[in-house]
Amino acid sequence: MILEIDDLSKTFEMHVIDNKCVVGLDGVSFDVREGEFFAVVGESGSGKSSLLKSIYRSYQPSSGCIVYRSLDGPVDLATCSEQQVLKLRGNEIGYTSQFLDEIPRVPAVDVVARPLREGGMDPDAARDQATELLRALNLPEDLFDAFPATFSGGERQRVNLARAIAPQPRLLLLDEPTSALDPDTRAAAIDLLETYLDESTTMVGVFHNPEVIRDIADRVAMLENGHLERVVDVSDYRREALL
Amino acid sequence: MSLLSVHDVKKLYGDSCGDCVSLTGDAAGTNQCPDCGTVVACADINFEVHEGEVLGIVGESGSGKSSLAEVIALDLEADGGKVRYHPYDGNLLDANYQERVELRNQHVGMVHQHIRDGLNLSFSGGGNVAEKLLSADWRRYEAIRDRVRDLFNQTEVPVERMDDAAETYSGGMQRRVQIAKALATEPELVILDEPTTGLDVSVQARVLDVFRRIQREQGVATIVVSHDLDVVRLLADRTLVMRHGRVIESGLTDRIMEDPHHKYTQTLINSVI
Repeated sequence: MILEIDDLSKTFEMHVIDNKCVVGLDGVSFDVREGEFFAVVGESGSGKSSLLKSIYRSYQPSSGCIVYRSLDGPVDLATCSEQQVLKLRGNEIGYTSQFLDEIPRVPAVDVVARPLREGGMDPDAARDQATELLRALNLPEDLFDAFPATFSGGERQRVNLARAIAPQPRLLLLDEPTSALDPDTRAAAIDLLETYLDESTTMVGVFHNPEVIRDIADRVAMLENGHLERVVDVSDYRREALL
Repeated sequence: MSLLSVHDVKKLYGDSCGDCVSLTGDAAGTNQCPDCGTVVACADINFEVHEGEVLGIVGESGSGKSSLAEVIALDLEADGGKVRYHPYDGNLLDANYQERVELRNQHVGMVHQHIRDGLNLSFSGGGNVAEKLLSADWRRYEAIRDRVRDLFNQTEVPVERMDDAAETYSGGMQRRVQIAKALATEPELVILDEPTTGLDVSVQARVLDVFRRIQREQGVATIVVSHDLDVVRLLADRTLVMRHGRVIESGLTDRIMEDPHHKYTQTLINSVI
């Protein structure tokens, strides 16, 4: 197991709205096997993004454990130090959302090359690899040196996905990374996830498109109102989808 | 590893009645002592900066963030507390005049909010940077020229302008010359005070990008003080939120932005237009 989540809960206290409490996750427990593609499904508001953000520590879990087996041994991501989180984000854990968050006026290819350079790759080699990734995602060549702020949603999403997978993280958290892509580009993105990343990358992903899950997931977790209903193998998920 | 650790740092403006700290702060809703009128610019400040890390400090005007930055940059005397800084043996706040000068010249780089605090505008841009090198005992003319040229290249200031007076530079160039000057002696820590204030939006982006690139390449630890959440979001790994002279919340920057806990932080995040 690369990830063991035990009784994870996340509550938001909204001081701005009369201290109202909102439950994001309630007692969620499951394990993720090394190298698998673990998909999370559920209606909007069921806690899918909260789950990924809690693992990445963009949300501070309210209770429970998230034990990640890092290269240096097990770490509880729910409670470990911020420095440890930053180190793991730099070396092992990647995250990509639907939205690109970058300094303005950095060309798309440099946005993607940045994590590679920071990982110690020669700047020219990093740019070459970034170019290849953007090409594989069908981003028009004339956009490679343009600034993503002016891009369409689908174009930005491709830059975002390329940046997240570029350093080949051990654990990749994907939050609807293909939501704005047309079917052909989505197929190219899925193809790239499978070819560029080998079994040394474990993926935990939220996809709104059932076909994506049927094609590439190994197991599927079903969330409802912050509860984990069950975890099934993708063969069962496929069978149920047919019924 | 911890490069800088700050314990219970305190800075007051006024003749304290002795109870100012307990009568002010987050719960009291003010930074001014109701008994004696002393302003508690900062109190009970505790944090660490690790090697290569960027720490953001956000807060509105008067929250105490600039006073805190100036205390750490040795530009302002504190009224109490302990600061351990790796290049210095002992409490940094007890350093004598000579030691302060030496630390400022060699081990701390400061990028001031107000250009006139950071640059002598009647000197050439290159001269401003050379001055910092001279104060750190660089002596050979050619070596200094080479270093300035190199720093101008890194900060994307046109090298052919290095002998022109800094007052003839654009605002964005002046800010980048300040960054060049702050980095000249390869300090372990750089402090940026409101790095984008007064600049056009397009120029802000370039200043931030130039700084972030150099920061990552050289791994220099940085404290960035700003009222602008976007600046901190784009630069800082971790962030402290200050209000009424206190740190009211701290955490990973994305956690502060996406899952703010304190009522004031929630209001701040929800106020971004």
